[in-house]
Amino acid sequence: MKRRIGVLALQGAFREHRIALESLGAEVVEVRKSSELDQIDGLIIPGGESTTMGKLMQVDGLGDKIKDLAGKDLPIFGTCAGMIMMSKKISNSQQYSLELMDVTAERNAFGRQIASFETDLNVPALGSEPVRAVFIRAPYIKDIAPNVGILAEYEGKVVFARQGNMIASAFHPELTPDRRVHQYFLDIVEEYAGK
Amino acid sequence: MAEVGSWKVKTGLAEMLKGGVIMDVTTPEQAKIAEEAGACAVMALERVPADIRAAGGVARMADPNVILRIMDAVTIPVMAKARIGHFVEAQILEALGVDYIDESEVLTPADDLYHIDKNQFKVPFVCGSRNLGEALRRIGEGAAMIRTKGEPGTGNVVEAVRHMRTVMSEIRQLTTMPKEELMTAAKNMGAPYDLVLYVAEHGKLPVVNFAAGGISTPADAALMMQLGVDGVFVGSGIFKSSDPKARAKAIVLATTHYNDPKTLAEVSKDLGEPMPGLEISTISANERMQDRGW
Repeated sequence: MKRRIGVLALQGAFREHRIALESLGAEVVEVRKSSELDQIDGLIIPGGESTTMGKLMQVDGLGDKIKDLAGKDLPIFGTCAGMIMMSKKISNSQQYSLELMDVTAERNAFGRQIASFETDLNVPALGSEPVRAVFIRAPYIKDIAPNVGILAEYEGKVVFARQGNMIASAFHPELTPDRRVHQYFLDIVEEYAGK
Repeated sequence: MAEVGSWKVKTGLAEMLKGGVIMDVTTPEQAKIAEEAGACAVMALERVPADIRAAGGVARMADPNVILRIMDAVTIPVMAKARIGHFVEAQILEALGVDYIDESEVLTPADDLYHIDKNQFKVPFVCGSRNLGEALRRIGEGAAMIRTKGEPGTGNVVEAVRHMRTVMSEIRQLTTMPKEELMTAAKNMGAPYDLVLYVAEHGKLPVVNFAAGGISTPADAALMMQLGVDGVFVGSGIFKSSDPKARAKAIVLATTHYNDPKTLAEVSKDLGEPMPGLEISTISANERMQDRGW
């Protein structure tokens, strides 16, 4: 059955997520208003600027509705700024977040744009072949609760994690042609659709 | 091995800015207002384009201290402008750690023949264009992001519209051409052949394209978005208006909800006076910033 995945389209790299999901056979709906969250089987919060997204999420009750749906086991996948938005705490910041995952995110943790990088990243859950991971002014997970699983680490820092119906990556799988990370998310969507 | 400054990483940051508004700021206080309003990045300047236009003379890269103070004030990306062809200003901006360099016609060109070889830098560049050939030449030199030139500092959107319509129309024409016509098309528009082939095949530029030059209202921003740009630069339009906070926030909302007239009507209310506008025909030919660039 074709699953309907919402991609939060307030700001950022939502188009690339749409392309990735459609190439895997999912139906995609761009979400800018809270009513567009109805009847979706999963949600992606893309990369972009987390402060910008945070401001826009507080309009129209969008953020509250996402929190509500997350509590009802809607699968959610956040990349980069999306990871920050999903974190319970953001270090050295009072900015808005959805507070979904029991982690603390460190923003711009690898430095400014000049330090942005790509690298081969081992993600055991996706097989032995590494993922080409693109990190852009990326965060990482500084503190992680025991109920959150680590999917990948880079130089000892958690950059990909899962808590039940939710996953978050510090890197941008939507910017590379490898579709394994999106497929992994769609598998979670399948798993929860049956519940 | 970690690879920094790759093409993927340079164009990737531009991808993350999409659907957002990049605002010109001249002080840390203005930068904070922009961030609070939801700007996805700021452009650190000593003077906004309208003031550069009014001052005349030679406009140069900003004082590094102005840029550093703005970088300290906000967590969003900070861009800064270098003069066309002034690769040493660009080296200085890279050394300061700015997130993006705008090789900009708003400043007085330092070279009347050549642009900066942007591939030599780890920091990404954005450049202005009026048409497809100019956009592809800049990308060929290493620009990882393109914007319309418009006519900066005028509060008049007509030139940005013309530049966007021109680029979109030229892209459409390339997609309908048989392959044997593409080399002549490349010759006629003065664009690298490989990039012409890319555009003909994909029907779009290989990098993100923003609107810039003359945007001063939420409706202007939404107009440019509906014409197909990926996001919006607002230069003088915010801090030369009577209520910068309200206007900045309204333009951010209008850029996200560009296709929703009801929201656009709502956010356009009670914004006070926009910046004073300039009719393009009143600007003499040698004061037109858009003609700078080769």
